[in-house]
Amino acid sequence: MAGPGGGRTPDRGMGGYDRADWRGGDPAHTMDPLLVYPDPPPPELAQCLDLDGWAWKSVANPDAAMSEEPDEGWSGAIVVADTDPEGAFALCRRLRKVEMPLTPLLLLVGGGQLADLELRDDLFDDFCLTPVRPAELQARIEHLFYRTGRGTRPELVEYGPLALNLETYQAAVDGEPLDLTYMEYELLKFLAAHPGKVFTRETLLSRVWGYDYYGGARTVDVHIRRLRAKLGEEHAGLIHTVRSVGYRFGQSRWGVQASRPPGN
Amino acid sequence: MEKTSEDRLRDQRDYVLRTVEERGVRLIRLWFTDVLGRHKSVAISPAELEAVLEEGLQFDGSAIDGFSRIQESDVLARPDAATFELLPWADPDEPSGTIFCDITNLDGTPFAGDPRQVLRRNVEQARAAGFEMFCAPEVEFFYFANSDTTSPPVPLDQASYFDLTTADVASDLRKQTLHMLEALSIPVEYSFHEDSPSQHEIDLQYTDALSMADSIMTLRLAVKKIAMDRGVYATFMPKPLNGVQGSGMHTHLSLFRDGANAFHDPDAEDGLSQTARAFIAGLLHHAREITAVTNQLVNSYKRINEGYEAPRYVSWARNNRSALVRVPIPKPGKVDSTRIEYRAVDPACNPYLAFSVLLAAGLRGVEEGLELGPEARVNLYDLSRVEQRELGVAGLPANLSEALDEMEESTLVRDALGDHIFEWFLRNKRAEWSEYQRQVTPFELETYLPNW
Repeated sequence: MAGPGGGRTPDRGMGGYDRADWRGGDPAHTMDPLLVYPDPPPPELAQCLDLDGWAWKSVANPDAAMSEEPDEGWSGAIVVADTDPEGAFALCRRLRKVEMPLTPLLLLVGGGQLADLELRDDLFDDFCLTPVRPAELQARIEHLFYRTGRGTRPELVEYGPLALNLETYQAAVDGEPLDLTYMEYELLKFLAAHPGKVFTRETLLSRVWGYDYYGGARTVDVHIRRLRAKLGEEHAGLIHTVRSVGYRFGQSRWGVQASRPPGN
Repeated sequence: MEKTSEDRLRDQRDYVLRTVEERGVRLIRLWFTDVLGRHKSVAISPAELEAVLEEGLQFDGSAIDGFSRIQESDVLARPDAATFELLPWADPDEPSGTIFCDITNLDGTPFAGDPRQVLRRNVEQARAAGFEMFCAPEVEFFYFANSDTTSPPVPLDQASYFDLTTADVASDLRKQTLHMLEALSIPVEYSFHEDSPSQHEIDLQYTDALSMADSIMTLRLAVKKIAMDRGVYATFMPKPLNGVQGSGMHTHLSLFRDGANAFHDPDAEDGLSQTARAFIAGLLHHAREITAVTNQLVNSYKRINEGYEAPRYVSWARNNRSALVRVPIPKPGKVDSTRIEYRAVDPACNPYLAFSVLLAAGLRGVEEGLELGPEARVNLYDLSRVEQRELGVAGLPANLSEALDEMEESTLVRDALGDHIFEWFLRNKRAEWSEYQRQVTPFELETYLPNW
């Protein structure tokens, strides 16, 4: 089973952007898939990874972890140990007791298993108790995998017809370069790296502009308007206005049906 | 992780350098503005760009109107990397980029003769008081078939307000212009045929004052350039034709504080906050002093004096288009669009200086808590001189000379523009007025020659 990063072919039908379309993430997310154990993983874990835009692939056993390993290697692992501790720790040993141990590794354990962690400190980098609280899990993943983007390849963010090359600062739609100002580029980069997520204007201000901005939420509206104009009529709809909340790039990831534009 | 402003500057420069390289840009135009608001450009090659982004480009400022005094003539043009754009009308085989520049002295301090620095300073003062001003101008202009100044201009059409003219050159021109503006990050709210033959209007979407002043410079260039490519002459001259309305640049202003519209008060009957009322009062109080800046040509006063959509009297009103300050009524639920419209400005102004004095005058009203008088409910165009005096309504200056007299006495305008520009502007404009005064005009020849 594969997450969105599992190399599905983009589908550009019907004018909407299906969630199968997105393959990227922000710089931290643009990398080879995370290894996830077991296969299939608990649904709440899968949903959490999908929501945050991580590419992942689940494996059933240590052998599969080896045989399914992508060319560039796994970019990290999330191992759930609460249902099958034996298998989970066996996998951890295979991943860590080798010449080049896989890092980072996040272990999910039940509350009664804390004692099992003793003397196994070298098998994981962080752990999280099950049942997971999605917000906590997300925060731990974000933190743990913060610097794991492998900077050797050009970093690409792609969504439907849009592609951003983070190394060269260039953006293109349908292969045609977009002429953007610096702030327009930064805003588009941030949005496209978090497809399907709704951001308030305030969040966009603090994440994209940093402290160095004036004029509040209006500044965001001004730049969104410019960006839509530059994306052109055909693609302006990539950036959705979410009434009285803020903006969303691309289709909503969950409840896609509900947010389809009329006529689709 | 928060970016520091140093990080941000470095990122912006990297972005420009990388884009120039990736897109094969051959020429980078450094843009700035002289004191009169004329667009200046110096082109550099990509090889020079990195050094210029870091250190600025040194040039002799004495060649620029209103810039340097002779003895200290060298200044630096320092590109504002955030404004970098690819020029949409450049030859695709020779891509060009543009960057607006701030002008500094050689020691890096802001150069007092640079209008962009003047506006920057005023905007920063407003920020220190917690305010950010947003501007949305409605820019009017004419298209003429000829650019030859020896004969009267010939309009391209005889259409009028909102006319949908088919197959007319002008609407095609306007469409092309809109595409260019959008490509240059200048969103257009509306554009349409104005009242007069061959007169057009482009309404820009609000943005902060500095970006908007840049946008107006770009807009004037784009409109003229696209017209010229099609053998048409575009002009922002305030009053090019006798007997029809001139071109204004009604400017919508709003003030934001902590992300909220400071002009809006949900508890006020009319939705207008005390800040809005004091801001309007400040504009009205200083209106006569700032008019030389918002309307800087001899010709500007021919527009103001003839009425039409131009205000003649210092007054405010909610829905009375003869007032100097109009308060449009925001649509229900759109409180963030609460704004005021200052209607004297014309499109031949220097937008950096015009926005500077508007902001300064309004904020002075807010600082001093000026009381706003009653709104004008009558059509001011119909007032006789006597009625005007009885109502206590002052007129705007009748001509450039009167406007300069008012300006010269104004500490507000001196503070807003700084001594350097204030003094140069007065000298330059006095000379323009006296030159004009010495002219024997066609009016005089036609009226007096046959009779005397």
